Amino acid sequence: MSAFAIDVRGLTKRFGKKIAVNKADIAVPEGEVWGFLGPNGSGKTTTIRMLCGLLHADAGEGTCLGYNFRTEPERIKREVGYMTQRFSFWEDLSIRENLEFVARVYELSDARGAVAQAIGRLGLTARQNQLAGDLSGGWKQRLALGCALLHRPDVLFLDEPTAGVDPAARRNFWRAILELAQGGTTVIVTTHYMDEAERCGRLAMLSNGRLIALGTPHDVAQQVGGRTLEDAYVILQERDEQ
Amino acid sequence: MMPHFWPLFRKEFIQMRRDRLTLMIMTGLPVVQLLLFGYAIQTDVRHLPTVVLDQSRTPESRDIIAAFENTGNFRIMAWVSDRPALDAAIERGDAQAGLVVPYDFPRKLLRGETASVQVIVDASDPLSSQSALAAAAGVAQVRNLALLSEAARRPPPLDARVRPRYNPGLRSPNYIVPGLVGVILTITMVLITAMAIVRERERGTLEQLIVTPVTKTELMLGKIAPYIGVGMVQMTTVLIVGRVVFDVPLTGSLVLLYAIALLFVTASLALGMFISTLVRTQQQAMQVAFFFVLPNILLSGFMFPRQAMPAFFQWVGLLLPLTYFLKVLRGILLKGVGLEALWREVAALAGFAVVLVTLAVTRFRKSLD
Repeated sequence: MSAFAIDVRGLTKRFGKKIAVNKADIAVPEGEVWGFLGPNGSGKTTTIRMLCGLLHADAGEGTCLGYNFRTEPERIKREVGYMTQRFSFWEDLSIRENLEFVARVYELSDARGAVAQAIGRLGLTARQNQLAGDLSGGWKQRLALGCALLHRPDVLFLDEPTAGVDPAARRNFWRAILELAQGGTTVIVTTHYMDEAERCGRLAMLSNGRLIALGTPHDVAQQVGGRTLEDAYVILQERDEQ
Repeated sequence: MMPHFWPLFRKEFIQMRRDRLTLMIMTGLPVVQLLLFGYAIQTDVRHLPTVVLDQSRTPESRDIIAAFENTGNFRIMAWVSDRPALDAAIERGDAQAGLVVPYDFPRKLLRGETASVQVIVDASDPLSSQSALAAAAGVAQVRNLALLSEAARRPPPLDARVRPRYNPGLRSPNYIVPGLVGVILTITMVLITAMAIVRERERGTLEQLIVTPVTKTELMLGKIAPYIGVGMVQMTTVLIVGRVVFDVPLTGSLVLLYAIALLFVTASLALGMFISTLVRTQQQAMQVAFFFVLPNILLSGFMFPRQAMPAFFQWVGLLLPLTYFLKVLRGILLKGVGLEALWREVAALAGFAVVLVTLAVTRFRKSLD
């Protein structure tokens, strides 16, 4: 495997006549927290959906974890974790049942042990038999993260993972993400929260499907023409609206 | 081989068990439908309300009227004194048949001339009128034979002995209840799975399934497998209630019936899954499923004989799994026949199951495109 967990060039996706992602080049080093920042409709979600095999790219070439991202999506799926914008586990299954399903689908050798460990680590022991649908937003997010990490993926894709959760839950969530990255997991996250974008080691700013700036949060702000990331974001949004 | 099938099966089974309302509908529906269909659908129309105009009022006229009544097809509900009253009773719908015995009926009988009795039937309902017409023709035939034999002083030269096999009492439930097993399975199996994929899509959980290593085939089979059990429970319920309430015979091998039902249920579930891959919302799934279910009820031979249909519709009927399963049900339950008589139907159902599962798997895309 190369030093890059993800290394793709010319990544393109069209929906009818609209170009959702236009020739994006992305190289994510292993163990980095990499963020996609941009207004709604800029192509953040489409990009990570292509990288983890949920959408087929119309053009582009490269690898994710050493596998060709266009021809080997099923191999990639075995080794990545994915957390969607909204809670996408089964609300009519309990916390334990959701985790057990994930553990069995990924054929973990000690599924029971892995589930018990995850429940303990997430602080969900007392709630393990509660239906997922009965959980609050913060607990749901915690469960979704637990499911996405259960098979110990090398790359974790997070699509606006903190949308709709309270500040305390967001802070705890990011603490967990940074710990993961320190442990060697590559984290790809989309966000439009500036404080979250600041936490990323490297940031890609998207506008109308184009990758317009790339680098540390400070570099990105300067490339777009703002003093801060927030300035840069506003500049972009106004440009998009014109 | 298919390592992700069992986790999916388990997940679906837990979800199905937890959805109490749907489970109640799935198990209660067969009983309700069976009672409705079993009692309401009576193709053997008996006791047709009949008005009589006996212009003769003689022992001979009373004798012939009694002969009509004794068939069980006519129930005399009024005697009228003139023709307009008879016509009015039929027009109002009070009576569905009228019997007119003319003044000269006994005189013509005595003279050896043809004595007429008029039977007027309200044919706006073909089913009722047909059985009345058949009964009237039967009365005339029996009477004619008796009179001719008496005159010739010898027994009738021809004796046609009709033996109605498999359903000697010509009971409607014996015909309807086995068919109902197939109809109920078609409705519930197709509808349940037609919504399976779109429900996951609408709830956002399909995304999560697609991103796992589960294959398309595992996903399809894992989703339909728990409902095979539901289908078997439904069939057992209908057979037990049909036996206990309607005294429907269970003549042949139930093991063979369940084995063939497995093919039929799989084909129906796969059809539902195929529908699920065509639509985007649960509402669309429901509409398309009904579009498929209706021809099954009308063209399979469940209620209307396929032989009476135009060739085109008979041909369309051959494209429906239910057409073959009805033959299996009636063949095993009423006639007690085995695989030697049903192998064509079994082959067709196996073909449907394989083709429909393949279609559903091929059509399903494991991506959000």
